[in-house]
Amino acid sequence: MSEGVEKRWNFVVVVDNEPGVLSGISGMFSARGYNIDSLTVCSVDNDHSCSRMNIVTRADERLARQIMAQIKRLIPVRRVDILEDGREGFVAKEVALVRVVSEGANRREALRIATIFDAKASDTTLTSFVFVVQGGSGKVDAFVSLMRSLGEVEVARSGVVAIHRGSEIPGM
Amino acid sequence: MSGPRKMKGAEIVLSVLKERGVEVVFGYPGGAVLPIYDEIFGDNNLRHVLVRHEQGALHAAEGYAKSTGKVGVALVTSGPGATNAVTGLTDALMDSVPLLCLSGQVPTHLIGTDAFQECDTCGITRPCTKYNVLVKDVDKLAETLHDAFDIALSKRPGPVLVDIPKDVQFAEGIYKGEGERTSRVAGRGLEVDRGLVDEAVRLIRKSRKPVVYGGGGLVSGGDRAKHELRRFVELTSFPTTLTLMGLGVLPASHPLFLGMLGMHGTYEANMAMHDCDLMLAFGSRFDDRVTGRLDAFSPDSKKVHVDVDASSINKNVLVDVGIEGEVGEVLGLINDALEEEGLDRGLIRGWLNEVEMWRSRNSLGYKRDGELIKPQYAVERLYALSRDRETYITTEVGQHQMWAAQHYPFEEPRRWLTSGGLGTMGFGFPAALGAQMAHPDALVVDIAGESSFMMVLQELSTAKQYGLPVKILILNNEYLGMVRQWQELLHGGRYSESYCSSLPDFVKLAESFGGLGLRAKKPSEVDGVIKEMIETDNVVIADICIDPNENCFPMIPSGAAHNEMIFGDGEAEISEEGRRLV
Repeated sequence: MSEGVEKRWNFVVVVDNEPGVLSGISGMFSARGYNIDSLTVCSVDNDHSCSRMNIVTRADERLARQIMAQIKRLIPVRRVDILEDGREGFVAKEVALVRVVSEGANRREALRIATIFDAKASDTTLTSFVFVVQGGSGKVDAFVSLMRSLGEVEVARSGVVAIHRGSEIPGM
Repeated sequence: MSGPRKMKGAEIVLSVLKERGVEVVFGYPGGAVLPIYDEIFGDNNLRHVLVRHEQGALHAAEGYAKSTGKVGVALVTSGPGATNAVTGLTDALMDSVPLLCLSGQVPTHLIGTDAFQECDTCGITRPCTKYNVLVKDVDKLAETLHDAFDIALSKRPGPVLVDIPKDVQFAEGIYKGEGERTSRVAGRGLEVDRGLVDEAVRLIRKSRKPVVYGGGGLVSGGDRAKHELRRFVELTSFPTTLTLMGLGVLPASHPLFLGMLGMHGTYEANMAMHDCDLMLAFGSRFDDRVTGRLDAFSPDSKKVHVDVDASSINKNVLVDVGIEGEVGEVLGLINDALEEEGLDRGLIRGWLNEVEMWRSRNSLGYKRDGELIKPQYAVERLYALSRDRETYITTEVGQHQMWAAQHYPFEEPRRWLTSGGLGTMGFGFPAALGAQMAHPDALVVDIAGESSFMMVLQELSTAKQYGLPVKILILNNEYLGMVRQWQELLHGGRYSESYCSSLPDFVKLAESFGGLGLRAKKPSEVDGVIKEMIETDNVVIADICIDPNENCFPMIPSGAAHNEMIFGDGEAEISEEGRRLV
């Protein structure tokens, strides 16, 4: 066990879709003093009987295992997967909407950088863009940071969603 | 069966309770549960005990559950009824007590409008229940209640709250029996990892200094866990200590029993924990009251932990072999393997001698006094005078609780009902009422402190109304004794707000509620008072006026390790770091 080294962990939690589940999980995190870097939740099956949550947290391996056990203990939780940052077994992406307000050379530079990042402009005025950028958290971080040096920036981020690679689909 | 059975929501509630074998409900009526109370009115098969405060209902249900292993049921109204239930729910969560709390809620259309006696019951109780749910659809009520029973009892037991709006109690819906639905926790059984069991057996067979550290999980695990633990101890001759919650799982009279461990545990138990080379944690959870200073906790041992709750494994203490599973089942596998492979008992001979040396320190000893009643003496006399009966002991929280744990030996589990995890003053008396309901012919004694008892004394009225002959043995030192002890040891004897002046006359208090009050002021009066208390078929307060300055020893001061105990005869030195801990 590589105890002590803190890194990012992505928990994929499949829960019964009922009132209070989100509160139960986020409440458990705050009650036990665990961090939440990002949290997303949405119903993902046809009959809306279950929801899928993605929770990103920072912890050492021992704490991550403890968090996993604590999540599993909650009655509405059907399944928990723990995805370790830096491992190749899964795809993790997020989307950000980035508004950048700038003029002249900075404005042209913003558009050039957006092209490099494969970000699309979703809204344009003579002094601003709203870009949609998607990808790993690192890519989104880099894009936002570059935009900040070109003008006033407002950011909306989705938080991370993740899924295993390969052809095997686990049961709900 | 001819089509689905339809009935009113309130009737569904009672039908499920009866189908699940519930004999008694502890509760308090109010506007939002009136339809359920109306059903109770016409029902002769379900007993209801009217408590005097909802906290009492929850603790009584706990006493019932802890003494029987069955689900204890409480019924409270919306708003303040539900908020008053919070302490009992939290207590049950910490000590893994299977409870069902039914709460009324304002009608569905008023939810969210700040209606009279409305509160967000599910929001408030989410962190203090194993599961809770608001039932808005009467057709789901029966299923939800059956699930609540299953959830309360499954794996690590705990409290479940079902919040039922008043209109749902009136509405007509479909009844489903236990067998007519799929249980929410069905198929969540645990597959024990045999590889880990083999690893544990390997460690057990080569250990020279083993100790078994058993906890409340062995009690929750029922007869199987008790039987397998006792079988393990017979097979191995390993010395065994039990936590506050596990007392009785191994008979206290067993020669290999080391007594309770932890902050007020015995010298032999704590030294064995500290010096062992193999620690076998069975259904225990490495609570801070057990471990003391973590970085000095049993430094040279391999640790095996068996628990039904995976989150208890590696939470506070990192173990070498963590086995998730029903403790009785896992122990059974270990025992079978040991029987097959055999064990060289000669390996631990030296260790057992060492343990006996520690035992001879007689760490629970105290100075007797001819004038002042020592609390330890009172507990010893209670044991001597009640040991031949079917006796259940409950406690409040504080010094008296520790003295009771130290000086009243238990031969069987579920006879000792105490608030361990949450440490709830006011637990013992209502819990005694619940235990007495479950065991009408038994002797049920609440070993109490006067200050804890003052928190719940209104339940004397309940005891009288239902003819529950519960005995309250108050070890009265006129102090919040454990607070005073800590102030003496940690705060230079500045007794800030720990003296309890203006106490009532407990003899007259008992009489005013229709009970019997007795008092002992000298050691020579103790036996007479206890005998009369036991013989009286009525609620009794025995006010035992003890030495007000007696402290509870031995003690591992906060921030210290297992081998740094202090005794009643030694000087106490507590680190600055220790002072900051609870």
